[in-house]
Amino acid sequence: MAAALGWWGVPLGILAGTLRGSAPFLFVSLGECLTEKSGKINLGLEGTLLTGAMSAYAISYLGAEKWGLSPALSPWLGVIIAGIAGMVLGFIHAWLSQQPKVNDVAVGIAMIIFGSGIAFFLGKPFIQPKAPQLPTIDLGFWTSIPQVQSALKISPLFILGLLIAPLMAWFFKSTRWGLFVRAVGDSPDAALAMGISIKRVRMLCIVAGSFLAGIGGACLSLYYPGIWSESISSGQGLMAVALVIFARWNPINCLYASLFFGGAQAIGPALQAVGIEQGRYLFNAAPYVLTLVIMIITCSPKKTIGGAPGALGTISG
Amino acid sequence: MLSSNWRRVAEAVVIPIAAILFALILFGIFCAACGQNPFAVYGLIIRSAFGSWRSFQGTLLRAAPLMLTALCTALPARLGLMIIGNEGALVMGGLGAIIMGLLFSYGSLLPSPEQVEKTLGLAPVIVQLAMAVGGIVFGGLWIAAVGALRHYRAVNETISSLLMNYIAIALLNHLVEGPMKDPASLNKPSTFPIPDAVSIGNLPTTRIHYGLLYGIIACIIAYVLIQRTTFGFAARTAGGNVKAARVAGLPVGKLAVIICFLAGSCAGLAGMVEVAAVQKQANTSLIAGYGYTGILVAFVARYNPVACTIVAVLLGGILNAGGALQRSLSMPDATVGVFQGLVFLVILYSESLYGRFKIFKEPEFNSPSPASASSTATPA
Repeated sequence: MAAALGWWGVPLGILAGTLRGSAPFLFVSLGECLTEKSGKINLGLEGTLLTGAMSAYAISYLGAEKWGLSPALSPWLGVIIAGIAGMVLGFIHAWLSQQPKVNDVAVGIAMIIFGSGIAFFLGKPFIQPKAPQLPTIDLGFWTSIPQVQSALKISPLFILGLLIAPLMAWFFKSTRWGLFVRAVGDSPDAALAMGISIKRVRMLCIVAGSFLAGIGGACLSLYYPGIWSESISSGQGLMAVALVIFARWNPINCLYASLFFGGAQAIGPALQAVGIEQGRYLFNAAPYVLTLVIMIITCSPKKTIGGAPGALGTISG
Repeated sequence: MLSSNWRRVAEAVVIPIAAILFALILFGIFCAACGQNPFAVYGLIIRSAFGSWRSFQGTLLRAAPLMLTALCTALPARLGLMIIGNEGALVMGGLGAIIMGLLFSYGSLLPSPEQVEKTLGLAPVIVQLAMAVGGIVFGGLWIAAVGALRHYRAVNETISSLLMNYIAIALLNHLVEGPMKDPASLNKPSTFPIPDAVSIGNLPTTRIHYGLLYGIIACIIAYVLIQRTTFGFAARTAGGNVKAARVAGLPVGKLAVIICFLAGSCAGLAGMVEVAAVQKQANTSLIAGYGYTGILVAFVARYNPVACTIVAVLLGGILNAGGALQRSLSMPDATVGVFQGLVFLVILYSESLYGRFKIFKEPEFNSPSPASASSTATPA
């Protein structure tokens, strides 16, 4: 496809990949941001992402093929069910990680294995069939170049994510509930003195964050790449954790970081599209290397990172 | 003293067993919800994992790499580090082993037909030793980097080790598809195979390879190192309280890097065993999930290297039964993943139960009993 455009295909491919591939990153990182603001880490979002992708695809397929829903409606039902499936996993994580002496990182690892196990188990019958996809919004109407048109097909979920990021920033900054979340995450003792139930706030934050991660999964299976397979998420849920550190626990920065990561992910396929096959596996590793490099640069043993919730990673409360 | 020790051991044995039983019940409910008879599933798992000598051999075959990958999580855990890069270290170990194996057998990574015909003729022991060194060094350095990043840059070791899994897998894919690809491997890109003469053989009259012994020996060495040496004592001290260890003058950073190197070298050795005994070449078959199951083994064994051997056999049995579940009951192969996840979650919950049961506590003889206290009190 990009052959006609020559080398211009590479930046165009990266742009298209950024617009498509950053939606899951955006939802997962916003979910992780909310969770970490309340003082808990949820590594298990990788499992949530897979479960969300599987359930969205399965419901979209079943809705259209078996239950007689219109193909315009059933993907949206899939998106909602993906969020709810994420909430169920989030509830398990929230309950378990708040037991005495239980480490939330360890629970996260367990939830990756459990969530992906459930997704692979229930998703086996849905690898072959084709499910109705989410509609796209075409922003490329002004041009006649088909490559540019296809690059500018935007998912409505991506736009939803674009709206959620400032909304969440406003929530943290200006609302009473946002203050509660920040208090619980920064100083559980102070929150306790304010009469806030730490357990309840963290439970709500983790469950709501997992809801967003479930929708991130739906972006994967119902928009781009738009299939359900067992290798669909390939560590994006884990990268979200690093992404939130990179974004300094700020939802607006999460948006920029997601675009950046979506672009990094698109380098390999974009080069492949213009016929560069050499080292494509190395280019596919770009997001992981990038995450690692970012963590090496931003972390420091001398001081805690600016913006980090004070109680993050402690077993208090 | 003896009695209290006995009770502690009882607690450390009873709680995990009760947890696994509870996980079995949950898994049974899951199977029933999916329309399977849970007792038929259990029966099949037990029969195909431990039912006969033949099936038990398959279990031990899978337990061998698990023991080694479990050490990759269990050793750093004593220092308070949660490393889950086992899969990546295994892959890197496999790569290191195949590189050394090819160099010491043919003198080239891409041997020409003449070189394949005329091997260098080194004794198999030397080639195997070189492969083991390759696996140990590659896997060790891979995880040592994680430890160094943790200590010198405060990079979270759980996330960095996980990212390095993906990087290692990408590296493997790159090498077997490109620079190290055997042109004869069409369907499944692979490196050149090592000669049969230098592969690790089987224990006499069995189909279990010597890799099982590697695993058992490594676990025993790790146990002695952690529990019976000054080095292990220093590591445990640093794991208990970093500040106290620093005050005592222990080189915490060096300890972390060394422990991580040892941990990675164990997982690398698992990769070497997979290459030298099972695959005879490096390809994507190395990514079989032994790394992730190894994390679970280390958790269930509560980071005790000797307990790792027993737990590895148990979980190896469940992995072994996975194929039978697929064939006989036509359940997806991910069933094993669901079961592993359930075990993992229940085991984690059981962590909060330690010290909660009176029965495992040393009875207190010195405190005055409530009865005598009330009799001396003057009635109002």
